[in-house]
Amino acid sequence: MNSSISEIDAKVVCYHCGNDCKEEDILEDDKHFCCSGCYTVYDILKDNNLCGYYDLNANAGVSLKAKNFKGKFDYLSEKAIENELLSYQDEQIAKVILSVPSIHCSSCVWLLENFPKILKGVFTSRLNFVKKELSLDFDPNVVSLKEIVELMATLGYEPQINLESTGKLKKIDHETRKLLFKIGVTGFCAGNIMMMSFPEYFNLDLANKLDATYQKFFLYFNFLLALPVFFYGASDYLKGAYYSILENLKGNSNILSVDIPIALGITALFLRSTYETFVPQTAGYWDSMAGLVLFLLVGKWVQTVTFNYLSFDRSYKSYFPLAVKVKNQSANYKNVNELQKGDVFFVHHQELIPTDAILMEGNALIDYSFVTGESNPVKKLKGETVFAGGRQVADQIELLVQKPVSTSYLTQLWNNESFLKEKEIPTTALANAFSKYFTYLTIAIAAAVGIYWKFNNPELIWPAVTAVLMVACPCALTLSLPFTMNTTMSIFGRNKFFVKNQGVIQQLSEIDTMVFDKTGTLTEANHGEVRLVGELSYYEKNLVYGVVSQSVHPLSKLVSSYLQGSNSLEVNYIFEVKGQGIEAIVDGRSVKIGKLDFVKNINAESQNSEVHVMIDNEYKGYFTVEPRFRANWKTLLQKLSKTFTIALLSGDNPRMSETLKPIFGSRMRFNQSPQDKLDYIKQLQNSGSHVMMIGDGLNDAGALRESKIGIALTEDVQAFSPSCDAILDAERIDKLDDYVRFSKTALNIVKLSFLLSVVYNIMGVGWAASGELSPVVAAIFMPLSTLSVVFFSVGLTWLVARYKKMV
Amino acid sequence: MEVIIILVVLAILIAGSFLFAFFWATKDGQFDDTFSPSVRILLDNDRDENKTH
Repeated sequence: MNSSISEIDAKVVCYHCGNDCKEEDILEDDKHFCCSGCYTVYDILKDNNLCGYYDLNANAGVSLKAKNFKGKFDYLSEKAIENELLSYQDEQIAKVILSVPSIHCSSCVWLLENFPKILKGVFTSRLNFVKKELSLDFDPNVVSLKEIVELMATLGYEPQINLESTGKLKKIDHETRKLLFKIGVTGFCAGNIMMMSFPEYFNLDLANKLDATYQKFFLYFNFLLALPVFFYGASDYLKGAYYSILENLKGNSNILSVDIPIALGITALFLRSTYETFVPQTAGYWDSMAGLVLFLLVGKWVQTVTFNYLSFDRSYKSYFPLAVKVKNQSANYKNVNELQKGDVFFVHHQELIPTDAILMEGNALIDYSFVTGESNPVKKLKGETVFAGGRQVADQIELLVQKPVSTSYLTQLWNNESFLKEKEIPTTALANAFSKYFTYLTIAIAAAVGIYWKFNNPELIWPAVTAVLMVACPCALTLSLPFTMNTTMSIFGRNKFFVKNQGVIQQLSEIDTMVFDKTGTLTEANHGEVRLVGELSYYEKNLVYGVVSQSVHPLSKLVSSYLQGSNSLEVNYIFEVKGQGIEAIVDGRSVKIGKLDFVKNINAESQNSEVHVMIDNEYKGYFTVEPRFRANWKTLLQKLSKTFTIALLSGDNPRMSETLKPIFGSRMRFNQSPQDKLDYIKQLQNSGSHVMMIGDGLNDAGALRESKIGIALTEDVQAFSPSCDAILDAERIDKLDDYVRFSKTALNIVKLSFLLSVVYNIMGVGWAASGELSPVVAAIFMPLSTLSVVFFSVGLTWLVARYKKMV
Repeated sequence: MEVIIILVVLAILIAGSFLFAFFWATKDGQFDDTFSPSVRILLDNDRDENKTH
């Protein structure tokens, strides 16, 4: 059935990953595969009778194009390194927890949990989808960690192993669990109190002796059930209020936390009900109190809900390899953290240099774009220093460690003060701002009511005053904020904009300055635009195409796609010098492409993004690759510049300043080091701006951290992104202004719902002031007002989002 | 007719056992991952054949 669909489709898609089979098409069992990697996975699954993988979701696999894992995990065969990753180990069993970011659907769960079927020696395999972690138990005598990891990588589920991974079990979120316990206890008590309160509401006949016995039983039972609600469930609010009052008395702060009016209300409810229970022995307001605390706790839980499968707090450690191959030591591989001055280690093609070192041997061509934003790789000679964070793009090199990892030039940035203190994101600032007036107003009304009844009917003083405090409890107010923000977060999430927590949305609405990084942010990270300088005939193009189509170098691939449509000629001989160029004989002609000094065989400086062409010893010109700007970048910036001050911070050289000048004007800085970027943001913020930084690489890490809101832009949300407050899918960068505007709308909705809850409060206080608030009325009115405010704010947020076509 | 009092106490005890079950589940990490169990229950067709643990 599947094949008949793909026949109708104009495009042939890979049976495994769903990608276009444009460049390669492997046909097997009537199924198309886009690369040998995808075919291998299919083959393994078929052999193990696990093709149910494809029945669950069509084309469920992860594309394996251009993936080469050979030798990548060799360091896992070193016992010391393996032990560091294992969480438990004895003679018969070893346990490991691996982080697998590419998990995305139910097929993944199925395949990975069926891992014991594919690989002998694996006992159990359990996946935590939310955290994207796979827990494996295996027999270390039958299978090694290296074999497991290699097979996972082959199947497209490459585990993420870096300097941060250790065998230690991830710590459990005790705060959330505590909250769940409280919700459980409070919910249990609230439900039972409500049930026990019914007889009282339906008018027991107290003259009847039997009814009177029950009434007392229910009264005391309610009191017992209310104790855990007050002392356990509401303890955070009582404590919070106590500390806030203490801070105010000491003069340390003049903010009255929103806990104060809440604690005031709960305490009033508790004391009044206790009095009612034991003195006149009538029903108290126990059900109102329990319901109130339950609602508040649920609101608090909603506030903690985040995208916990995304990681917002990454340091350089997540980027660095766990181990490197070392020379002349007892072990072949060494944990990067244990590297000491004087150690000699190897860095292979496409690997990251973990620490500052001196080049001993080999051909070093270091791409620092990750650290500096500079897009051209730098050539280093023997004896020169290479810095941490660079990526070796040529062959294997041998390096002599100069400094331990933690003190290298790159990691110094993380010793900056902005990384040492926790970035403060206020989640309750808005409610606290409101609470100041609220608290004073409530106390004033309660006092006025008390004074009024003192002169008119002294018996009603306490009933009226306590009733005012009870009704005025800002429950609806504290709930509308977390529920609205939670809705906004999930709407943003659907639009591939992931904020770290609710406070970020609040801060987003206050932004007035936006600072952009260039490489990887305004321009695309992996794609460039190819331009031919010089002239090539059709035949010559075919010659070049024949050469580049044989190479996997990124530049060759770009040139190859630029020359798409040429006919590949027969290649008689080909030799690639990594990081330099290719020598070949095509159709009997000698073709040399690559760097200028390579093709001309002279010492010449050339840009590394240029591919020079020499045919039969005649220089023909060169291809140059220029970074390509993202779609709609100009429209976006023009729109943003109307409302915001926008600026550009680039680590790259100013060769593109001409294009950018009309938009940024003088607010452009080039050749900025990570520290420069951080300082620039600091300077802006000190002058009173609220800065949002949008960047992508490690070079922006400092700026992202220092700015009020740091947004990491990424092609793949699951992949690495530096420490930030929000992650934005690169495809959606043109929607940036919509997000900022929506955060303002969300905040206005919260304010509107505050207004609604104030209206309810005025109504309730009117009742209370007259001393007429009966337990039944309170039990109906209080939850109803709270729920209606929550429905109002959540519903309105969805409606606005729908109107703006965000859902 | 004190039987109602006994019944109420019994009812609370039974409800209390569910509360205890909730505590147990929370401590056990049942609420840490809310997605994969929903998939797992649908997929378990032939795993029992080579149950190894």
